Amino acid sequence: MLSISYPKQIMIWLTVVVGLMLALPNGFYNRVETSNDARALIEAGQTSATLEQEAALWPSFLPSSLVNLGLDLRGGAHLLVEVAVQDVHASFLEGFWPQVRDVLAAERETVGFVTREEGPVTELRVRISEPAGANRAFELVRGLGRPVTSFTGAASSNIDVRINGTLLTVTLSEAEMSAMNERTMLQTLEIIRRRIDEVGTREPTIQRQGAERVLVQVPGVGSAQEIKDLLGTTAQLTFNPVIARTSNANESPGTGNFLVPSLDEPGLFYILERRPVVTGEQLENAQLDFDQNNRPAVAFRFNTAAARIFGDYTLANVGSPFAIVLDNEVISAPTIQSHIPGGSGIITGNFTVEEATNLAVLLRAGALPAELTFLEERTIGPELGQDSIDAGRLAALVGGLLVVLFMGFTYGLFGWFANLALVINLGLIFGALSLVGATLTLPGIAGIVLTVGMAVDANVLVFERIREEMKTAKGPARAIELGYERALSAITDSNFTTFMVALILFTLGSGPVRGFAITLGLGIITSVFTAIFVTRSLISIWFAYRRPKTIEV
Amino acid sequence: MRLRLIPDDTNINFFRYAWVTFGASALLMVMSLVVFLVYGLNFGIDFRGGTSIRTESTQVVDVAAYREALTPLALGDVSITEVFDPTFADDQNVAMIRIQAQEGDESISPQTIAQIQDALRGVAPDITFPSVESVGPKVSGELIRTAVLAVLGALTAIVIYIWLRFEWQFAVGAVAALIHDVVLTIGIFALFQIRFDLAIIAALLTIVGYSINDTVVVFDRARENLRKYKAKPLIDVLNISANETLSRTMMTSGTTLLALIALLVLGGDVIRGFVFAIAWGIIVGTYSSLYVAKNIVLMLGVKRDWSKKDPAAGTKYGHIDT
Repeated sequence: MLSISYPKQIMIWLTVVVGLMLALPNGFYNRVETSNDARALIEAGQTSATLEQEAALWPSFLPSSLVNLGLDLRGGAHLLVEVAVQDVHASFLEGFWPQVRDVLAAERETVGFVTREEGPVTELRVRISEPAGANRAFELVRGLGRPVTSFTGAASSNIDVRINGTLLTVTLSEAEMSAMNERTMLQTLEIIRRRIDEVGTREPTIQRQGAERVLVQVPGVGSAQEIKDLLGTTAQLTFNPVIARTSNANESPGTGNFLVPSLDEPGLFYILERRPVVTGEQLENAQLDFDQNNRPAVAFRFNTAAARIFGDYTLANVGSPFAIVLDNEVISAPTIQSHIPGGSGIITGNFTVEEATNLAVLLRAGALPAELTFLEERTIGPELGQDSIDAGRLAALVGGLLVVLFMGFTYGLFGWFANLALVINLGLIFGALSLVGATLTLPGIAGIVLTVGMAVDANVLVFERIREEMKTAKGPARAIELGYERALSAITDSNFTTFMVALILFTLGSGPVRGFAITLGLGIITSVFTAIFVTRSLISIWFAYRRPKTIEV
Repeated sequence: MRLRLIPDDTNINFFRYAWVTFGASALLMVMSLVVFLVYGLNFGIDFRGGTSIRTESTQVVDVAAYREALTPLALGDVSITEVFDPTFADDQNVAMIRIQAQEGDESISPQTIAQIQDALRGVAPDITFPSVESVGPKVSGELIRTAVLAVLGALTAIVIYIWLRFEWQFAVGAVAALIHDVVLTIGIFALFQIRFDLAIIAALLTIVGYSINDTVVVFDRARENLRKYKAKPLIDVLNISANETLSRTMMTSGTTLLALIALLVLGGDVIRGFVFAIAWGIIVGTYSSLYVAKNIVLMLGVKRDWSKKDPAAGTKYGHIDT
C-alpha cells in the first residue's frame, strides 16, 4: 500500500530529526568550537569568568560534536615520519655484548680468549680462540636469551645464536624484533605526543601508519618546520666522564670509551667513557633559565635516585671534567667545582632563548627511542584553507540552487518533495560526519557537491518509473506504489556499486582522498534513505491529505 | 510549466550507427593511449616526489624573474606556472612552483625552503607562501602502487558484483565501459597536461562509481525487459530499455553536471583539476553506458531461456502482471 504505517512514519521522521540535530552545531561552527574548548578547559580544572561565559555560548543539552576540518581547510602542518626501528635493534645488540663477554670470560678455560669482530649492525659477532669450547660457548650465549611471548602465544627466545667454527653470531629473533618494533613505535608515538602537547597546539593528530610510520598533523601551525624542529632531534641526553680532549677525529678512544665531537667548537673532540653517569631519562624537570652572565641556559633536576648517583659522582670527582652529551655531540664539558648534592644544575652552551626553550621541551618530553626520517611534509596556510571553504560553500549553494530549480521545473510538486529531501539529505550528511567524527577535506566538499547532484538520482529513478506506470496502472496510488517497488532494484544495484567504490577509496586512500571517500559513502547512505523513505513519506502524507484523482509527475 | 529534457516516448535506435559510435569510442581510446604514451602525464609531487610551493603576491607574477631568482640555487628541474582563477581578487597573483626531489633527501630540507623563499622575496617583496608541500620519493612510489591497486580493486569488485547480480555478459559490458571512461579521462589529462595527483585517482574512482551507476540502471531495465518481451530480439530489448531509462539518465547526468559546473567555476583553483576530471568522466560515462556497455552485451549475446530459473538474478519483479 502507498500509505506508510504510523510507527514507520514516526521512525523515519525521528531519524531525520536526530540527524538534523547532530548537524546543527556545524551551522554555528565558531561559537560551538569556542564553547567546546572552554568546556574542555573547565573540565581540566581551570575556572574563570570568561571561560564560563564562553562555555555558555552553546547550550549543553544540544549535541556539540563538530565536523573536523581537514588541514587543507583549516591550515596547518602535515608530516609523515618514518621511525628507524632498526636503530633500536643495533643498540640492543650493542648493549648485549658486555653480557656475552662476561659470561664467556667466566669460562676462559674451555672457550679461550673472546674477541668481538666487526659485522653488520644487525649482528653481534664473537670469536673464541678454543675450537673445542665452541659448543660450550654456544650453550652459554644461548642461555643469555630471555623468553619473548609473541601474539601467537608461543614463547621463544629473544635471540638467535649460530656457531660456525669458532665464530658465534648473535641476532635478534623474529619474535623479539617484532616485539621490540612494537615497543619502539608505542614509545615514539608517546614521545611525539608529549613533545607536541608541550608546545600546546590544539587537537594534533598523531597516528601510526603501517609498521614503521607515524602521521603527524597539527592544525594552526604556520609551518611544518616548527614541528620538524621539535621532532628532528632524538634528544638523548647523557652525562659522561671525560677521559681526554683531542683534535684528532680518528684517534682510537680505547675499549669502553667513545669519541664525540663538540657542538660549538669545530675540530674539538672528546674521548668519553661509554657508560654514562646519569641519563636524560632520569630527569624530573627541565626548563629555560639564565646563567650568571645572563645567557640562556636549561635548568634541570634529576629524580631522587639519579640525584644520589650524581651527588656521589661529583663528590668523588671534584676537579675533573664531565661532558653533557646530546645526541652524540658534547654541548659542554664543565669541570666539577664542588659536590653537587641536590641533583639539579644548569646546562650552558651557546644557546639562543629559543633553542634553550626547545631543548627544555625535548628533555621534559623524553628522548625518542629511534631517529625519525621525514618522508612527506605539507604546510597549508590558514588563509588558503579559508578561501577553499568559502569557495566550496558558494559552489555548493549555487550548485544546490540550480539542482533544486531544475528538479522543481521538471517534476513539479514531486520535484519539490525531492528537493525537501535533498535539503534533509545535506543535513543528514553533516549529522553523520559529526557523529563519526569524520574529517571534512576539500575533496570532501567536492564529494558533498557531487552527492547533491547524485542524491536526486534515486528520486529521479522513482519518478520516471511512476510516470511510466501511470500509463498502465489503475489509479495514481497504484502507480506510485509500483514506481517505488520497481525502481528499487535499480536503486540498490547502482548505489551498492558506488558504495563499494567509496569503501575501496576509504581503505586504500589517505588524507584528503579518504575524506572524499567518507563524504561519498555517507552521502550514498543518506541519499538512499531520504529518497526511499523521506520522499515516500512526504508523498504518502500528501496523498492521504489530498486524495488526488490524477497526479502529474 | 514542466521541463522535459527528453520526450516521454523516445524511440532512438542506439545501434543504428553502432559502427560509427563504437568505432569512435575505440578510436578515442587508441588516441588517448597514444597521447598518454607520447606526452605522458603531468604527475604532481604525490607521484613523482619533490616539492610544490604556492606563492601569492600583489605584484604580477613574472615567471622569468622567478626562474632567474631560483637558478643560482641549482635545484634541478623547476617548473613555475601562474595560476588564474575567477575567484581571485584583482591584486591576487598566484603561482605554483614545483621542484624535483632533491638528491639524497626524503623531504626537502628546511634550508632549501628558506633559500627559495629568500630568493623569491628578492623578486616580489610582499610574496607569501600559502602552501609548501614536499613528498619524498619513497612515499611517492608507494602512492603510485596504492593508486593503481585502488583502481584495479574497484574494477574487480564491480565485475564480481555485476556478474553475481546479472549475467557475465553484462559484467564484461560494464567493465568495458568503465575502462573506456578511465582511459579517456587519462587521455584528456595527458593531452592538456593537467596536473595528475592523488586527488585525480579519487576522481577516477568516482567516475568509475558514477558510470557503473548509469550502466546498472540500463542493465536493470534490460534484465526486466528480457523477461517481459521473451520473443523480441536482444537488440530490440536493449533499445527499448535504453529508451525507457533515457529520461532518467539525462536527468541525473544533468543535475550532477549542474552541481559540478558550479563547483568548476566557483570552487577555486585548488580542486579544479579534480572537479574537471569528474565532470568529464560523467559526460563520457553517460555516453559509454548508452553506446559502449550495451554494444558489448549485444556482441556477446545473452542466454534467453528463462524456463530455467536463474538463481543469481533478482526475479522478484519479473512476473508481476500489469
